[in-house]
Amino acid sequence: MTNNKKKLSYSAIISILFAALIVAIIGSVVFGRYPIGLKELFGIIGSKLVYIEPFWEPVQESLLLQHRLPRILMACLVGCCLSAAGSAYQGVFQNPMAAPDILGASSGAAFGAALAILLDLGSTMTIVLAFVCSIVTVSVVIYTGSMAKGKRVLGLVLAGIMIGSLVSSGTSFIKLVADPDDQLPAITYWLMGSLNGTSPDDVKFALIPMAIGLIPLFLLRWRINILTFGDEEAQTMGVNAKRLRSVVILCSTLVTAASVAVSGVIGWVGLVIPHLARRLVGNNYRHLMPASMLFGGIFLLLVDDISRNLLATEIPIGILTSFIGAPFFIYLISRDGERY
Amino acid sequence: MSIKVENLCFSYGERQVLDSISFEAGYGRFLSVLGPNGVGKSTLFRCMLGLLRPSAGTVTIEGNDITSMSAAQLSRHIAYIPQSHNPVFNFSVLDMVLMGTTAQLGQFSSPGKAQQELAESSLERLGILHLKDRSYANISGGERQLVLIARAIAQSAKILVMDEPSASLDFGNRIRVMQTVKKLVQDGYAVIQSTHDPDQAYMYSDMVLALYGGKVLARGTPQETINDKVISTLYGVDVEVCSMRCDEVRVCVPKKI
Repeated sequence: MTNNKKKLSYSAIISILFAALIVAIIGSVVFGRYPIGLKELFGIIGSKLVYIEPFWEPVQESLLLQHRLPRILMACLVGCCLSAAGSAYQGVFQNPMAAPDILGASSGAAFGAALAILLDLGSTMTIVLAFVCSIVTVSVVIYTGSMAKGKRVLGLVLAGIMIGSLVSSGTSFIKLVADPDDQLPAITYWLMGSLNGTSPDDVKFALIPMAIGLIPLFLLRWRINILTFGDEEAQTMGVNAKRLRSVVILCSTLVTAASVAVSGVIGWVGLVIPHLARRLVGNNYRHLMPASMLFGGIFLLLVDDISRNLLATEIPIGILTSFIGAPFFIYLISRDGERY
Repeated sequence: MSIKVENLCFSYGERQVLDSISFEAGYGRFLSVLGPNGVGKSTLFRCMLGLLRPSAGTVTIEGNDITSMSAAQLSRHIAYIPQSHNPVFNFSVLDMVLMGTTAQLGQFSSPGKAQQELAESSLERLGILHLKDRSYANISGGERQLVLIARAIAQSAKILVMDEPSASLDFGNRIRVMQTVKKLVQDGYAVIQSTHDPDQAYMYSDMVLALYGGKVLARGTPQETINDKVISTLYGVDVEVCSMRCDEVRVCVPKKI
């Protein structure tokens, strides 16, 4: 197989992605219904470090620090987490179609959020309950999967589908009994996924589990390669496959749960971005993991920009990721020239 | 002596698969394990690789019981070479071989310069360094088998356990792979292969272990073991073993065609 197109080196790709992320972040601050210029942005940020005579409106400062920056940060974090978790799950399950919700993390979070909305617990408790239910659901899936006879990985995936659908029926029931005037729309809106109304506290809440999960995923990235050959081969290569897979699943679950708890159900990112990254840097997780993380951050940030700027009202980001993600994925798989 | 299997028994639940298997394999020696389908060759290999725990008996490497070793320690002594396969995710040939070096690295590290050199020298040793930037999925079955052997060499193990290394290869590749394996044996590696081809076992190996019904049917040099009686019993068909080229090769042919 000949390839005429000159391939960019890994370090060049990462540098470009990094630069793109910075540009996207700055661009996202500037684009918004209420204008904040580049000068104001650097002024406000700079004034946190050194004294600068304020030349900007106070409303600009509070908008930037209380709303726009947290939201931008959250979009990057959620995109990064979902893509990292998607890549990791694809590796440990030896399945290119695996996505972050494969073990029921999203269904669990959806149930928790719906329950919190039904019980009028408020927005903070919605996040907490979504996170807790997500973790509990995945734990049940892992426990059920471990009881399955035969192939462990297959048992786990099947348990994920079954428990996920069980939990979804619970969510449907909550929607049935919810007040159709205010609760039902709130639940529906949450299920579509949105970063609207992200507060600095939300970022702080999500950042801890995200960091606890992302750092090991990044550090263990070379070893994830070995898991793609299956347990026995990994074991003979000197890797404790069972333990490594448990750690990777645990970390991926943590970041997925934290992401869906704060953002709602955002589909496709965790499936599409890893594949895009595979096309770009190959399947070697040493390169794939950082590329997925950066790419996921950029992608979700840009989609969120569209979601808050395109129409007069917000478009839930989950709708957009599916709308953009699905056709993009079809284009991707129909194009040849896979890079290894 | 490198690896020693003593009175090894293994059963899946009630069904006993292996019954008091004993043999030794030394460095610079080539052992072929013969036996009909389902006789437990793979089970025996799994026990030797520490993937399954025998119900009785021991496997020792240089006098140390393998149950006392971690996966990482064991992988420095003994490597497994599966049949050339198509993994779910495609890697470059060099990356494939680099994966063999993983046990030498810290939990959080990726291969560095030393591992890169090790991987390249392994590829060179097998005469496939020119393939290093190719994609593993886009090379031939024979080349893939050699890449998997290179991975085991990069793992720095001296005992190589091969699962039918020449199965599903064409005639030429089969010979090329076996010649390469023979060279490794001459270089001091202990090679243990399972095979369904008694002719090939006779041609290349120093020792033959014939398994039948979970027990050792015959154990010895190829000259002692590859004969009408053993081969006919082993596979349940009447076979005549013909000697050719002053007994340099033996060919098994069915008595009734």
